[in-house]
Amino acid sequence: MKYALYTGCTAKESTPELLKSTLLVAKTLGIEIEILNEASCCGAGHLQDFDEFLSLVLNARNICLAEKRGLKMVTLCNTCQLMLENTKRKLDSDEKLKEKVNEKLGELGYKYVGNTKIQHFLYAILEDVGFEEISKHIKRPLNMKIAPFYGCHIIRPSKTHDGDNLNENPYKPNAIENLIKVLMGESVDYSTKLKCCGFHVDLQNTPVSEKLTSNILEDATKAGAEAIVTPCPLCHLNLDVKQRAIAKRENKDFNIPVLHLPEMLALAFGYSAEEIGLNHHVVDVKF
Amino acid sequence: MDVTLKVYRFNPNEDEKPHYEKYTLILRDDAVLLDALNEIKWKFDGSLSYRRSCRHGICGSCAVKLNGKNVLACKTPLKKAIEDFGDVLIVEPLSKNKEKIIKDLVIDKKDFWDKNKKVKPYLIANIDEHPEKENLIKPEEVEKLEDADYCIACGCCYYACESIRANKDFLGPQALAKTYRFTADGRDEAKKERLEFVDKLGIGVWDCVKCQACIEVCPKGVDPFTKITHLHNQIFEEGVAKKNVATKHAEGFVHSIKKHGILDEGMLVLYSEGVNVARHLPEAMEMLKKGKIKFPWNMPKSEGVEEIKKLVEISQTHELKG
Ligand code: SF4
Ligand code: SF4
Ligand code: FES
Repeated sequence: MKYALYTGCTAKESTPELLKSTLLVAKTLGIEIEILNEASCCGAGHLQDFDEFLSLVLNARNICLAEKRGLKMVTLCNTCQLMLENTKRKLDSDEKLKEKVNEKLGELGYKYVGNTKIQHFLYAILEDVGFEEISKHIKRPLNMKIAPFYGCHIIRPSKTHDGDNLNENPYKPNAIENLIKVLMGESVDYSTKLKCCGFHVDLQNTPVSEKLTSNILEDATKAGAEAIVTPCPLCHLNLDVKQRAIAKRENKDFNIPVLHLPEMLALAFGYSAEEIGLNHHVVDVKF
Repeated sequence: MDVTLKVYRFNPNEDEKPHYEKYTLILRDDAVLLDALNEIKWKFDGSLSYRRSCRHGICGSCAVKLNGKNVLACKTPLKKAIEDFGDVLIVEPLSKNKEKIIKDLVIDKKDFWDKNKKVKPYLIANIDEHPEKENLIKPEEVEKLEDADYCIACGCCYYACESIRANKDFLGPQALAKTYRFTADGRDEAKKERLEFVDKLGIGVWDCVKCQACIEVCPKGVDPFTKITHLHNQIFEEGVAKKNVATKHAEGFVHSIKKHGILDEGMLVLYSEGVNVARHLPEAMEMLKKGKIKFPWNMPKSEGVEEIKKLVEISQTHELKG
């Protein structure tokens, strides 16, 4: 099994631990990884605000890179996943738009066809490897209470994900909960599990972003979670990197480690903190 | 079909706090949620309050929350609801903010209507009061509205909006989709004025947190979030964009992508914030300590950067201002 990995910008910059742990997990599960190092930024929902057409062209090129290799395209970030899937849905359903995009791509020798599946790493391994095989690699059962935090863009809008996230019900998803259980941890339910962390307004409206993140940290802590796990590095930045600043400003007392989804797997697979890159976390992860 | 509903009950004039009442009903297989509420009211407890009128998904009055999802009660088949959410259906008002509850499932939607009014939800144009023929527009022009005109003002999106949860001044998805309904209409003469109104920090388009909840709940397929993205684009295209942290942030992506193919995260924040960047110092220090900041000499580049730069240049639909 081989994936064309679209790392997104964050895994190459502010969350190196995400890339590290993903590669470890892939290795353990027997997945070969080809990193799409020629890819561009997906626009993260903000380039789209400036110029929707430009973002479509850039993402169509990104998809072409996986198409050319004939591989499934796998992402590590909820927002990258949504931007790429959005592009695919739009081009696949609108011949005229596809032609316009291909006109631009053609100048550089690319052609978007639309025959590649795009899946977030979480759902890719659940679909291709499955819980049973995953459970065979456990060397260190999680044995702790973990609060799953999905992040918006992996569950909404469901019509865009249309099957690529295994038809998760956006009001009652269960992939992460099931994974926690399989890794022998306890999944904690809490009221803001499916809410937004506010990342995308962090610059223009910091209080809103901080309030939303603070609610999540507070609810998960109150529910007895010893850690939070998320499939999105942008949510991770808000929950981990900003945790102390938010606690201070909101006069709260948080100290909850936040794992990237592949880190949780890598821990259960027995890798050391150093191999995983836990030293890059702002809130210490003790295991 | 047996159906069990747990319904939110609260009469602010009598009750200290809300409670949930459980009802088990026998209904036809094709019953919708509104049938269940009617059955409760007519056969079990006449004091249950909720809104309904058209029973055809047109008036928008019957919107309630079903197991966390805002829906129109008259358009929600119970069979499907049980499939999606399991045997116990929890029915709640759109907002559980105590100040908004009038009784049970009925809330005061004043905040929603006020915002709808603020965006002038009507065509503004100097039109001949006694035209000789109809003022028709072509099908292609109607297509540009992308179903924004289907909104029935039910409030499902507004009361699901994550941004509203933390910022009561935000205009919200319905009012912004309504704005687009007119900025995309060639007959409307107030495009610039409308764009200027929504190009404001705090209340306008830049404060959408991009949670996609509005797309998920809209029973009419209006897709307010995508309309908000169109408004962002129009604001730049029409030269209305005021220079602020949000507009600089959106533009900054183009600079970064042209230079590196991927983002220069640190420089992007600096570019967007200008001198205000100092406020991020505490987080920046933490990130630095943990090896989360790339220095210019270590900044990774996409291996396709030259190609990407060219693609940006030939595909950009309008020029950068900054
Ligand atoms: S996407 Fe934006 S407008 Fe829509 S619900 Fe979320 S914050 Fe509100
Ligand atoms: S946009 Fe959709 S959900 Fe929002 S008020 Fe209009 S019809 Fe209701
Ligand atoms: S009763 Fe009118 S929309 Fe449901």
